[in-house]
Amino acid sequence: MWDYTDKVREHFLNPHNVGEIPDADAVGEVGSLACGDALKLYLKLDEKKERIVDAKFQTFGCASAIASSSALTEIIKGRTLDEALEVSNQEIAEFLGGLPEEKMHCSVMGQEALEVAIAKYRGGPIPGHDHDHLHPEMEGEVVCKCFGITDQFLKKVIKDNKLHTAEQVTHFTKAGGGCGGCVPKITELIAEVMGDQPKEERKRPEKLTNLRKMQLIQDILEKEVRPQLWADGGDLELIDIAGSTVQIAFRKACAGCVSSGHTAKFVEQKLREFVAEDIKVEEVEG
Amino acid sequence: MREVYVDNNATTKVDEAVFEEMRPYFCELYGNPSSMHFFGGQVQKKIDEARKRTAALLGALPEEIIFTACGTESNNSAIRSALEIFPEKRHIVTTRVEHPAVLTPCRNLSKRGYRITELSVDGNGNLDLDELRTVVDEDTAIVSIMYANNETGVVFPIEEIGAIVKEKGALFHTDAVQAVGKIPMNMANSTVDMLSLSGHKLHAPKGIGALYIRKGVPFRPFMVGGHQERSRRAGTENSAGIIALGKACELAGEFLNEENTTVKTLRDRLEAEILRLVSNVRVNGGGAVRLPNTTSVAFEFVEGEAILLLLNEKGICASSGSACTSGSLEPSHVLRAMGVPFTCAHGSIRFSLSRFSTEDHIDTIIKELPPIIQRLREMSPFGREFLQNK
Repeated sequence: MWDYTDKVREHFLNPHNVGEIPDADAVGEVGSLACGDALKLYLKLDEKKERIVDAKFQTFGCASAIASSSALTEIIKGRTLDEALEVSNQEIAEFLGGLPEEKMHCSVMGQEALEVAIAKYRGGPIPGHDHDHLHPEMEGEVVCKCFGITDQFLKKVIKDNKLHTAEQVTHFTKAGGGCGGCVPKITELIAEVMGDQPKEERKRPEKLTNLRKMQLIQDILEKEVRPQLWADGGDLELIDIAGSTVQIAFRKACAGCVSSGHTAKFVEQKLREFVAEDIKVEEVEG
Repeated sequence: MREVYVDNNATTKVDEAVFEEMRPYFCELYGNPSSMHFFGGQVQKKIDEARKRTAALLGALPEEIIFTACGTESNNSAIRSALEIFPEKRHIVTTRVEHPAVLTPCRNLSKRGYRITELSVDGNGNLDLDELRTVVDEDTAIVSIMYANNETGVVFPIEEIGAIVKEKGALFHTDAVQAVGKIPMNMANSTVDMLSLSGHKLHAPKGIGALYIRKGVPFRPFMVGGHQERSRRAGTENSAGIIALGKACELAGEFLNEENTTVKTLRDRLEAEILRLVSNVRVNGGGAVRLPNTTSVAFEFVEGEAILLLLNEKGICASSGSACTSGSLEPSHVLRAMGVPFTCAHGSIRFSLSRFSTEDHIDTIIKELPPIIQRLREMSPFGREFLQNK
């Protein structure tokens, strides 16, 4: 069984804002029966046509697709269109207390529907999502033929969610989850997107205040260390920082891994390289 | 909440009588059957009895049975053995609807230079025997075709298939994990060379399986090390599991008639009521010969995982061939191979009964299921106006 949070269960069993808005100002539709999930989002704006006063949805899909739709409508009600456009799929997932990684594509579908609804309302180009049969005018070239997903869309999701493996891309977008023929292309896109990120020249600073040091440790763990662990299915959590001692706990594949000692050394090495030479990393339970 | 368990193709309840039979072989009669002393010897006698009981259910000879850890091991053993027996033959024939315990080893072998032919099925899940005739050739080492499908319950014409395979001199293996105990079989008068079965599908515990190997069919062991099972499967015997399987097979023989009367009647009633109460429904493989206990129902315009979780809220334990429950994203390979239309491939639910299923179970499902489908359809953006329940 999926390990859904109570919040996902709650929004699946009793979803908020199900239905249509007959006189909606904006409607966004993504997905299809063939894909296995689909979402139709209705937005009603205030008199000035700036703020979303009501949002409703109709969804075909699994429990997390329904919960993500419910979460999306709750998040965007009361926001201006510009504010709503800032909603990311991560925000939808966080609202639900997290989604299993294999189900992240459900949160992405919510964000897509919102973008499409607003783009159609404003008369701009429809963003390049999957589901080409709905939006033949979309931008980009189709990479995943099984689910009709474009390179533009994949690049955006890879970048926004800092994805490092083709498997992660499948979990977030479904691309590559059918015949698997496009997995090499997805791997190329990851290299292109993540490789192209301007690599800030990181140097160990001369002097550090305690506050700055703690910020830097967090930053290095997020940007330099955790993505590498994710690539092997592992993860870590920062538990505490006391002076130069950094306490971490391993998660997922790293937890209980026989070579976690080496991994701890690797973390220490990175922190010494970028933060301060006297950093010590301790593995703790927690 | 009392569970309504209708997922017996996934696993079954251990019959109390089976449990009682195996119970003494943990703390009291724990001897090693290979030992010289009386203490081990008495376990050996009980294993011999279990072998006879297992053979009897299949209409086989006791020496034609080897005990394994599971159906998957039996399948892997059979395929690998055939390839070792015929090192010059580089072709394997199987079907697109096999269980992963056969499909995955075959696909792995294709990476090592073996040619694999996966036979297709029609909309009802039936094989085209003419296709089989054309693909089996002198290069074919083994044909491995399941007796009955785990998702749809569709039964293949095993004896006809075996006759075709024999003409070409290949070995014929069948994964009968879902069929044993539900369909009468008689290996004494059969074209099958090897047959896999699994204990936990017929009310024995998990961790015990068997492989039938016809007398005279050459065999090379998968596990080597000890002389157990006449050196055909090394490793100290899982004596309690073997004894349990023997008892479960004996009981399965006694209940075989009931599977095809009482259980089938319950299944047929469930299926008929669903078709009567819910619109836009089809039975996957409904036009084929099927196991008496299985029905796979496809609901148009709803997604399987959502159905399963809402059934789960009512204590109903079923399973789906839907993508979303397995972590993969496409509908099950079985439904895809059958060409189930995409409007309902994502919404297929499998109910699999057993001799422990009751009228009450069926009543509960018939009461709870239609409103669940209705509710999900009302939430869906697709053609809601056409989908009012009858």
